[in-house]
Amino acid sequence: MITWLANPERFTRVFAPIRPYIGGLAAALFVWGLYLCFASPEDYQQGDTVRIMYLHVPAAWMAMMVYLIMGIASFFGLIFRHALADAAAKAAAPIGAVFTALALITGSLWGKPMWGTWWEWDGRMTSVLVLFLFYIGYIALHASIDDEVRAAKSTAILALVGLVNLPIIKFSVDWWNTLHQGTSVVRMDGPTIAPDMLWPLLVMALAFKALFVWLWLVRIDAEIITRRYRTLRARLSFQ
Amino acid sequence: MDLDMGKYGFYVWGCYGATFVALTALIIASLRARSVQKTKLDALQDALKDVAKPDA
Repeated sequence: MITWLANPERFTRVFAPIRPYIGGLAAALFVWGLYLCFASPEDYQQGDTVRIMYLHVPAAWMAMMVYLIMGIASFFGLIFRHALADAAAKAAAPIGAVFTALALITGSLWGKPMWGTWWEWDGRMTSVLVLFLFYIGYIALHASIDDEVRAAKSTAILALVGLVNLPIIKFSVDWWNTLHQGTSVVRMDGPTIAPDMLWPLLVMALAFKALFVWLWLVRIDAEIITRRYRTLRARLSFQ
Repeated sequence: MDLDMGKYGFYVWGCYGATFVALTALIIASLRARSVQKTKLDALQDALKDVAKPDA
């Protein structure tokens, strides 16, 4: 299936018609999620700042998920040389960078009233900052190399190296003393969070995912068009 | 639904505001980049068609 879709023309033919529906789904989920965010009760300890969680946690989940997708696409690009793999990884990077920046900003805005500090060099926050730097490094490296093949290879290696950071982010709350709480949603014995707060969180997480898929497809399409333009122009200059 | 966030208004609305601005900017930048590239490709394809046309 992946090999079949790795053809840019086939990819465009399959995903262009469904792209608007995914965008519509993302918008609908955001409207529903935002309603739930403000209809849910305030936390007995954190008060209204609990509403920051409905943006902060989905943004942080997406920051990691997008990097994992980028790493998988880079692996396929590096090993199997699929035509679309580098385009997919390159298209995901700016989206992941924005999600990571949002996780850091919303975390900071949550940390000040709850912990009394905007920033703390604990394991979770530092490793997420490192993730953000990997995104920025990936984008900068891709932009700095003119030769597309060389750029794809170098950035794929960088993306694969950065994968090491994902388990560090995930388990940092278990490995080191941290201001962050432990896992409370994805647990073997079920979520420990109240259903009134779990629902807005899950709907917002779905909204972020749908938004990512839609944006990713738009950016991959833009990348395919850019590469087609470059190929045509190069062909024209040889004539 | 109560939109008064009390003493946490700055932090809560700051969060929602920053998210709105960042995601809106990302959406606009992504759609714009695609549209600009598509216009360039269409123009080049039209130019190539003109070149390929036999002289009348």
